[in-house]
Amino acid sequence: MTAYVIRRVLTGLLILVLLSMLTFVLFNALPSDPAALTCGKNCTPQIIEANRVRLGLDLPLWQQYWEFVKGLFVGRTYGSGSATFACAAPCLGYSFRKGQEVTPLILNALPPTIFLAVGAFVLWMIVGILLGIYAALRRGRWQEKATLGAALVGYSFPSFFIGLLLLFFVVIRWRLLPYPSYVPPTENPVQFFQTMLLPWITLALLFAAFYIRLTRNQMLETLSEDYIRTARAKGLPEKVVIGKHGLRAGLTPIVTAAGLDLAGLLGGAIIIESVFSIPGLGRLAVNAVTDSDLPVIVGTVLVAGAIIVIANVIVDLLYAVIDPRVRLT
Amino acid sequence: MTDAFVRVEDLKVSFQTEDGIVRAVDGVSFSVDRGQTLAIVGESGSGKSVTSQALMGLVNKRNARVEGRAYVGDNEVIEASDDELRRLRGSVMSMIFQDPFASLHPFYRIGAQLSEAVRVHNKVSKAEARTMVIDMLSRVGIPNPERRVDDYPHQLSGGMRQRVMIAMALINGPALLIADEPTTALDVTVQAQIMELLAELQEQYNTAIILITHDLGVVADVADEVAVMYAGRLVERGTLNDIFYTPEMPYTVGLLSSVPRLDAVSERLTPIPGQPPSLINLPAGCVFHPRCAAATQFSCEPCATERPTLEMVGATHAVRCWLTPEQRRQFAVESLAAAAGRAGGAS
Repeated sequence: MTAYVIRRVLTGLLILVLLSMLTFVLFNALPSDPAALTCGKNCTPQIIEANRVRLGLDLPLWQQYWEFVKGLFVGRTYGSGSATFACAAPCLGYSFRKGQEVTPLILNALPPTIFLAVGAFVLWMIVGILLGIYAALRRGRWQEKATLGAALVGYSFPSFFIGLLLLFFVVIRWRLLPYPSYVPPTENPVQFFQTMLLPWITLALLFAAFYIRLTRNQMLETLSEDYIRTARAKGLPEKVVIGKHGLRAGLTPIVTAAGLDLAGLLGGAIIIESVFSIPGLGRLAVNAVTDSDLPVIVGTVLVAGAIIVIANVIVDLLYAVIDPRVRLT
Repeated sequence: MTDAFVRVEDLKVSFQTEDGIVRAVDGVSFSVDRGQTLAIVGESGSGKSVTSQALMGLVNKRNARVEGRAYVGDNEVIEASDDELRRLRGSVMSMIFQDPFASLHPFYRIGAQLSEAVRVHNKVSKAEARTMVIDMLSRVGIPNPERRVDDYPHQLSGGMRQRVMIAMALINGPALLIADEPTTALDVTVQAQIMELLAELQEQYNTAIILITHDLGVVADVADEVAVMYAGRLVERGTLNDIFYTPEMPYTVGLLSSVPRLDAVSERLTPIPGQPPSLINLPAGCVFHPRCAAATQFSCEPCATERPTLEMVGATHAVRCWLTPEQRRQFAVESLAAAAGRAGGAS
């Protein structure tokens, strides 16, 4: 068991290192000149060169990467003499466009994204698993077909369409909610919930559809297992047979999908954040791309990638919690 | 017969399928007393497993029709509500299955699975249940039960898992145990141990056992009474001696003749020719007649046209067959002698 945990964590770390290298090389080896992007309209070649030296962009790529990694752990200083400025650890770079360090930019964008992702996640997991079990229990009857049909509709619509539709009807037509404007929950909980409700529902509709089908298929598979018959033969009530023996056995693929879906959303729900103007990681990344703000792009991609890698490790560890047979390997 | 502990009267189970109605069990009656073992013998698809599942109330009532009466003690189990059946399952009647590898939940410790069986029927604390579980595990011959109780099923061998299944089935001291091919998935040496264990526990708990099997060797070892099933109906029923020494129904004779024997001169086995019929489209007359060598030999007329009924041919012995008693005996003696590879006496 310990060996399994250590192996999974080490693999995760290795992938993180490779990911950081790849992201770094990918964006710094682009034909666009990052130094040229650092100065505004009145640019001269001298300023560009000076910035190049200041940002360390004159160094060979491997040395730049080294500086970048060092910055992550101990922070770094750009430039020299009177024009130095420090970037505290963990330093993900410095955005010249915004004149800000990348790390606080990302840290500020994270909470809205986390609130959005986790809220939607809770909603769709509850709805998806419950309706999935319901569909499995009503197999071959109209209730199953209705549930799966509704799921298919949710699954088929693009998220921006559902989002805009909700926005149009609920906010603009029926005026049930004020126009979304994000505030942290600590500042104004009511407005926070009013803003987040529609994005949560939009994302949950989209994802619940998939989880209804997944849960139904898993339940149908496990409910035909011999040990389910054993559980019935023991005289267990049907809800224990299904909710405990059945669900536990069908959980592994659901946990896998859930972990990766949540991680993907934590990396930024680009479309939903744009539709509902939530200042999250996705919006930060999109704006960075349109602004050609390279350090921010590298930073957001790296953070989003790291979240997925970490989620993978957590999912692997959860396997061992769910299925004792995994602990042997 | 009528005051026996377990009584099954005219049990019928049919399934509605896309191809038509499958009559898996058609008018089966038998009885078993406490401390006695009834073996239900037959090929796969003969309805023996469905019979036992109908008794346990484990047949899915949404796509199956179950008719007739069955009593376990004072409890009628065919018309019983789901809740009543649930209370009887695991306490008054319990069941062990063919494949111990698939019958235990792979994600729960065996102790948890056993104490669940205790606690669903008895108001005891977790600690008390655990003590009962450890005691039961040692009764079924699990070494180091205090430690094994925390094992997962994958940490046990097939024989050990079947012992755990038996422990789970007997932990509430049921009056009826249904064993559906309990040894089929196990090694031969382990098979004998498991059957011996069942016999011991039967004596301790005075349990009625219904043993579902196609292994006549096992039947000869443990059964008091034997019921032979073919295509969903009982074709012969009697004591162990009735069935093994004076079989009458040509199908029973065929089963006995196809058992490999060490004392046979001929090395060829003598299987029953043909396949069991489709349960959707049963042949007219006796359901066995298309495969019945005796029906051909004696040019039996009603065999192909009219359904025979189960007739008593002795105090304990009943047979469903149109042939005359003389014809049946002649056929049995000749077939068994041929199978044994020596002329004269039957086995």
